[in-house]
Amino acid sequence: MDFDLSKPQKLLKESAREFLARECKPERVRALMETETAHDDGLWQAIADQGWLALLVPEEHGGLGLGLVEMAAVAEEMGRACLPGPFLSTLFATALIERAGSAEQRAKYLEPIAAGELRATVALLEEGASWDTESAKLKAQREGGSFRVTGRKLFVNDAETSNLLICVALDGDGLALLPVERGAGGVSIKPMASMDGTRKVYEVSFEGVSVPEADALGADGDARGALNGALEVATTALCAEMVGGMQWVLDTAVEYAKTRQQFGRAIGSFQAVQHQCADMLMMTESARSAAYYAAWTLTENDPAASVAVSIAKAYCSDAYREVGNRGVQVHGGIGFTWEHDLQLYYKRSKSSETLFGDATFHRERIACLVVDKEKN
Amino acid sequence: MDLNLTPNEQQFRDEFRAWLKANVPSEWKGGQLGSEDREDYIKYLRDWQRVLYEGGWAGISWPKAFGGRGATLMEQAIFQEELARANAPQLIGTIGLSLVGPTIIALGTDEQKARYLPKILSGEEIWCQGFSEPNAGSDLAALGTKAVRDGDDFIINGQKIWTSFAQLADWCLLLVRTDAEAPKHKGITCLLLDMRLEGIAVRPLRQMSGDSGFNEVFFSNVRVPVGQVLGEINKGWTTAITALMNERANLGTGVQVVFKRNLEALIARSRTVERQGRPASEDPLVRQKLAQAFLELEILRLNTNRALTSLSKTGIPGPEGSTLKLYWSEMNQRTQQTAQEILGPYGQLKEFDNGLWEYAYLRSRGNTIEAGTSEIQRNIIAERVLGLPKSY
Repeated sequence: MDFDLSKPQKLLKESAREFLARECKPERVRALMETETAHDDGLWQAIADQGWLALLVPEEHGGLGLGLVEMAAVAEEMGRACLPGPFLSTLFATALIERAGSAEQRAKYLEPIAAGELRATVALLEEGASWDTESAKLKAQREGGSFRVTGRKLFVNDAETSNLLICVALDGDGLALLPVERGAGGVSIKPMASMDGTRKVYEVSFEGVSVPEADALGADGDARGALNGALEVATTALCAEMVGGMQWVLDTAVEYAKTRQQFGRAIGSFQAVQHQCADMLMMTESARSAAYYAAWTLTENDPAASVAVSIAKAYCSDAYREVGNRGVQVHGGIGFTWEHDLQLYYKRSKSSETLFGDATFHRERIACLVVDKEKN
Repeated sequence: MDLNLTPNEQQFRDEFRAWLKANVPSEWKGGQLGSEDREDYIKYLRDWQRVLYEGGWAGISWPKAFGGRGATLMEQAIFQEELARANAPQLIGTIGLSLVGPTIIALGTDEQKARYLPKILSGEEIWCQGFSEPNAGSDLAALGTKAVRDGDDFIINGQKIWTSFAQLADWCLLLVRTDAEAPKHKGITCLLLDMRLEGIAVRPLRQMSGDSGFNEVFFSNVRVPVGQVLGEINKGWTTAITALMNERANLGTGVQVVFKRNLEALIARSRTVERQGRPASEDPLVRQKLAQAFLELEILRLNTNRALTSLSKTGIPGPEGSTLKLYWSEMNQRTQQTAQEILGPYGQLKEFDNGLWEYAYLRSRGNTIEAGTSEIQRNIIAERVLGLPKSY
């Protein structure tokens, strides 16, 4: 057993850190946060040039065909840099297309995604705001060889900057995964101003939007299974990203505790402050174990993967928030100013907490898999 | 990263699993015990260690030259996991096997190795660890039990406390002060002490759980030959650190054994107690708490595996390793509270599930105190891992 990154994985992680330290400095995060989309074409192309958009794309479609552990290593660094923009939403869509798409559809979408030419997002949530696929109620009406959709999707990540939007709709008891291209008739997109400005969410309205049946993803297979699988991939990448965020908060708080003087000594020499930092370390490392375990089990198609993903998200959701709380507390007054970069991570921790289901959501999933085990 | 077992590890696992299947006593029901039947229980555990020893499965981490298997850290972890899976009894000679033996191997003379190691393995001699004193707990180096040189002997006077297994131990790894003038870390000596010597009195301390596992040990003019020193005179602090490193390294894998069984039993019980006329296992809040307990225990396993990887590769447990004891001790307290909430009044009964829940709840309270309090653990993490300035 070897629970550690391999040498190539470590190199990949280091190069991601160096790239982001250069290209995604806090000033740039702040500047993008203030924009309408948090997206920057130059940064996106640079990310594509790093190969990160191709990382999970199979080689036959111009990708690198690497696994979730590599993805997690890069995502951790993205979280550390608080990278703004549509990477995660595109990753979610990539995983969905890879699972649900026909060979033709995969070729059509995955190659431009890998090259950085196509950004995509998945529209799942509705008014009920729940991340389980059973809560998708928007109906896809079959009409003369096409699906017609009228209704709203909420909390859609990066809808404004995505060239492709995959709408999750109900087709009888099953799901229809409908690719809607940017500019399609009947689609309107409205920002939902939210706490975390680095990761924008939108309301997307469909007014008689028509998608040919033949274009639907997963039409001849298990669309719901594909969506659940893609959610697990995206959730795992998010968890790794959250670990990177926690690490930044921890490092920053410890550095501050070493330098800030009160009563003639560094505040980090007081046990009350030390113990906050020790707890932050324990939570960060535990989150890291959980996130990489989820990544590994998914890559290996391990039967424990679903439980592992929910363990990771339940733990990371609580832990990032708590690490953020303590990070602010250690900093005192400066910690809750607009000026200090902690605010970026503090807000990211909150948006990450709910994205793809919060701790309560994932604990219930664990209960279904573990407590109900013998019954099923 | 590869979380699968290597072929060698698999072979080790399969071999031990098959051996356990053939050798775990069929009447053994598993679980923890209350205070009743204590003597029977102890005899039972002595017999069990003898069986392990004869099968070649005692002290697996020890080098082959000293009767061990030279098992890797991963194999040691597998060993613990398999014990859990087989619901096997615990090892009564655990202090000898995991703490005293490795310290004798590291620092003992050839005579000491030949004299003590075989009987630690076989369980014929049980050891205890005489470290803590009433005024030297977290600040262990402040210990004051005195050993005064008299010819070829030391004469010992003083008191130890919280000494696990002292009530049945044959031997004690004892820290004494041999130089009162030297700085506190430089006047300590480590002795291998025969617990049957004249002048030793053991007084069991009953824990709130009813256990008599802890003891006070009083020394009144106990005469010990100088040849019983382990390591060097006045260099006992080095011996103590060697021993404690073994203690901390061992704690992580061992405790999972009990926790895993305990949580599985709790999940099963959650189906029999009720909430609003339905099994508690269907109550949303109970499900949340069970899931939390489950995920925390899984993360303990993962943190342990990461620490084992780091220890195997670098000889140093990574930052995740330094937090293991803090993590599991607080986790177990939360989980035992969850058990109490789910079981309601059953949780306090001494005969329900053989008193398992009442015992486990009370026993868990000591987890954040023994082997370094949570406060000391956090100090150590802050200073040694995070590099914060010393607080004292």
